[in-house]
Order: sequence, then structure tokens, then C-alpha cells
Amino acid sequence: MKHYPPDAKWHEMADAGIIPQAGNAREYDVSGWRSEHPVRDAECCIQCLFCWVYCPDSSVIIKDEKVVAFDPVHCKGCGICAQVCPKQCITMEPGGEMPQE
Amino acid sequence: MGILQPLEGNMAVAEAMRQINPDVVAAYPITPSTEIVQTFATFVADGKVDTNYVAVESEHSAMSACTAAAAAGGRVMNATSANGLALMWEILYITASLRLPVMLTVVNRALSGNINIHCDHSDTMGARDAGWIQLYAENVQESYDNLIQAVAIGERMDVRLPVMSCLDGFLVSHSYELLEVEDDDAVREWVGPYKPNRPLLDIENPYTVGPLDLYDFYMEHKRSQWEAYPTAMQAVIEEGKRFGDAFGRHYGLMETVELDDADIAIVALGSAAGTAKDVVEQLRDQGVKAGLLKLRCFRPFPGEQIAAALAGRKAVCVMDRAASFGAGTGPLYHEIAAAMYGAGHAVPIQNIIYGLGGRMLRPEEIETVFRDLVQIAESGKVTETCKWLGVRE
Repeated sequence: MKHYPPDAKWHEMADAGIIPQAGNAREYDVSGWRSEHPVRDAECCIQCLFCWVYCPDSSVIIKDEKVVAFDPVHCKGCGICAQVCPKQCITMEPGGEMPQE
Repeated sequence: MGILQPLEGNMAVAEAMRQINPDVVAAYPITPSTEIVQTFATFVADGKVDTNYVAVESEHSAMSACTAAAAAGGRVMNATSANGLALMWEILYITASLRLPVMLTVVNRALSGNINIHCDHSDTMGARDAGWIQLYAENVQESYDNLIQAVAIGERMDVRLPVMSCLDGFLVSHSYELLEVEDDDAVREWVGPYKPNRPLLDIENPYTVGPLDLYDFYMEHKRSQWEAYPTAMQAVIEEGKRFGDAFGRHYGLMETVELDDADIAIVALGSAAGTAKDVVEQLRDQGVKAGLLKLRCFRPFPGEQIAAALAGRKAVCVMDRAASFGAGTGPLYHEIAAAMYGAGHAVPIQNIIYGLGGRMLRPEEIETVFRDLVQIAESGKVTETCKWLGVRE
């Protein structure tokens, strides 16, 4: 796994702007993009997994086929999970800080 | 040994594609390049090639599919014209940025409006900054030869760039010409097998292609791409020589006719250069020291070589088959004038815009250009930088 340092010169990198590794988007912290964050009411949740299906950033964390949390590093606060929740158990709260469930 | 065959420009291009036998062709036919992919599709249907032919729903999709197929590791070809090229615009830049050697034949045609299907260079001139190598053919033989060379140039590991092989719509694409078609095996051997660089289908070695690339790295990546073009220019020269050594027809960045001792000279791309050759010879018979510079390789732009070839002329005319609206001149003029200024050659340069939308360029008209150049050479002054030729005034 190779990372280019922030001061890498043009001739020190692979051509075509490639990143010589795959799946590195997970290393990119986008938490600073959020102006709102999702909060899920676990009592109300029926575990339909709609939020998991629709989340464009794979930021709904699943354990044993159940929603357990949102990924605080990759959630951009888009609010799609709240929109698609059939029981309206997810609300978008102001602020980027995302408390751990 | 090759054999002499009478073929239209489009058929000759399709024949070259058959001999090259690409892995993927994803095309959306458009006049006047339609026959290329139409003919090639019959080769696919008849089992004469191993190509996966992808019928797509637009040129945007065509170039997207071509770029993806090239990233996957395939040798990829396509053909288009004018508005089709315009619809590929977004992807053209990406193909070049990703350093994927897709081979695109462009049969030059006017971009609308009004709608026109005939030749001018507004389509490829508009795409000049996209990062593709651009070769322009004068006739059917060159259209065939250029496409074969394009593969070798673009696929070189030190180049890895897409190439537009350009020929004039109808004037070349639909003109029959007796050309030398080389032997299938000889062409395949000359081109060689394709060696993909980092094919995405190599699932043992995954990497990330085309990621988000912001202010912290984008400029370094563009600087890296910039470096490819001097190498590409060298590749055009070397492959042109290698082609000539194999098949007897040598190519370079440009071709000159009676230029070395010429007092006056014109610069042209494509089929106009063929007409101009005859005029140059006629004028030479009359004692006029006329010359021609036919530019073959427009991208990368060989500014230093052009300036060196035109240095010492008393007057030069740059012929543009495209108008750069608002610039006051044509695009070829800009670059040649800049190259001459940069090299310190104070030669008066006339610009002519001609042949838009297929307007015929007659030998008598080229002769008037030379006659005007005689006046300019005597006075040392260009009174009107850009003139339109063959337009009803």
C-alpha cells in the first residue's frame, strides 16, 4: 500500500493520476463535510435496512443484519437515510458532530 | 507486398481497422464517417475480426465505452465526425488524462449551425486542447497509413495517449483512390500485439483510476501529462520512419514541397495541401518561388520545427479550414504566428479562412493567395491579417 505524501512532486507519482492501490476512499475522512448528522431512534427502528440500502456512502453500520450505528468518518450528512426511513425513525440534527450510538 | 486497390477513404480506414483487429469498437455512426463503422460491422458479422462491437446509444456513450474498455486493457478503436465528436467532448479529456491509447478516426465535418454535413476542421480544431494526438491526412493512402501508425504511436509505453486520425469529410472519405493496401500479416506484425498498461481486468493488482483529485494533487497530475507530448512528437517521427522503412512511404511531422528556397509559402492541413502542391508546381514553372508546408501532426504542435522551416521566407500564408470566432483569425494561424514570434522570425503572415462547410477550394483560388503573397513579400506588410477565401463578398 503506497501513499503519496502531500509534498510529492509530479514526477514522483504514477502517471494518469492513478492511485496505485484500490478501495482507498475508506481512508478519506469526510466528517468535516457534514452540517447535519443523522440520529436514529433505536426503539422505533424496525430494521428494514432501507437506510443501509440507500446510503450513498455505505455509512450505515450493520452488525448481525441489524443497523447499529452510522459511520462518523464517511457520513456526509446528506439525509437520505432520514428521507427513506418508512417509520421516520431517523432525524437530521444540526451540527457535524456525530455522537456514537 | 501490398496490393493496389481502388477504395474510398472510409473503406480504406475500415480496411486498416480490420487488419489491426482491435479488441473493442464502440461506435455511433454519423455522416460522413458512417461507412467506416458500417463496413467494420460487416467484418465483425462475417467473423473476419475478433472484435467485440458495442452498439451504443450516443457518441457520449461510445467514447465512454471506449475509454472504459481501454482502461480494462483492450485495444480500442472508433470513428466519428463533427457533432458526434462534440458529444464525446467530456470524455475526450478523460481518455487522454487517463493515458489510454484509444484510436479515433475523425472524418472532418463542419459543426453546426446551420446544419451542414460537409468538410471543415471546426470539429477537431475545437478538440485541440483535449490532450489527443492529432494527425491529418491529405488523401486516402495517408488516411490508411496514418491510422496504422496512430496505433503504434499511441500505444508506445512512453506515450500512452489517444490519437485522432483525421481525414477530410467527403473530399477524402468518399473519394475513390488507388492506394497500396499492405498485407494483413505485415500490418499486424508492424503494429504488434497490444500490451495493456495496468489493465483493470488484472484483478490480482487492483488500483484506483479516475479518482477525485483536488487542488492538492490535480496540478501535479496535469504537469505529468504535459510531459508526454514532447515524447509523443518524437514517437510520431520515429514511427513515421519505421513505417516508411517497412512499407516504403515515409512520414514525419510535416511534408514540405519546394519550401527550402521559397520566397513565399502557404501552410495547410489535409486535402487542401494536395491541391496546393499542384499550384506550387505550376508557379515554379512560371518562375515564382512558391512553396508549401503541409502540417501532418497538429498535436503535439511542432512549433519549433515549423518556425525553422518557415524562417527566411519573405511572406507566409496560413490556411485555416476553421474559424475561431471572436479571435479574429483561424486556430492554425494563432499557433504558427506564436511559434514564429517565439523563434524570433519576423516574417509577415497572412491568414486565410477557407472551405467552411465543404466550400470548394479551387486551384485558381490558391493561386490568388500566392499572388497576394508576392505583394506582401514586396511591401513587407500584411494589410488585412485574416481574409476569407471563396466567400461571396
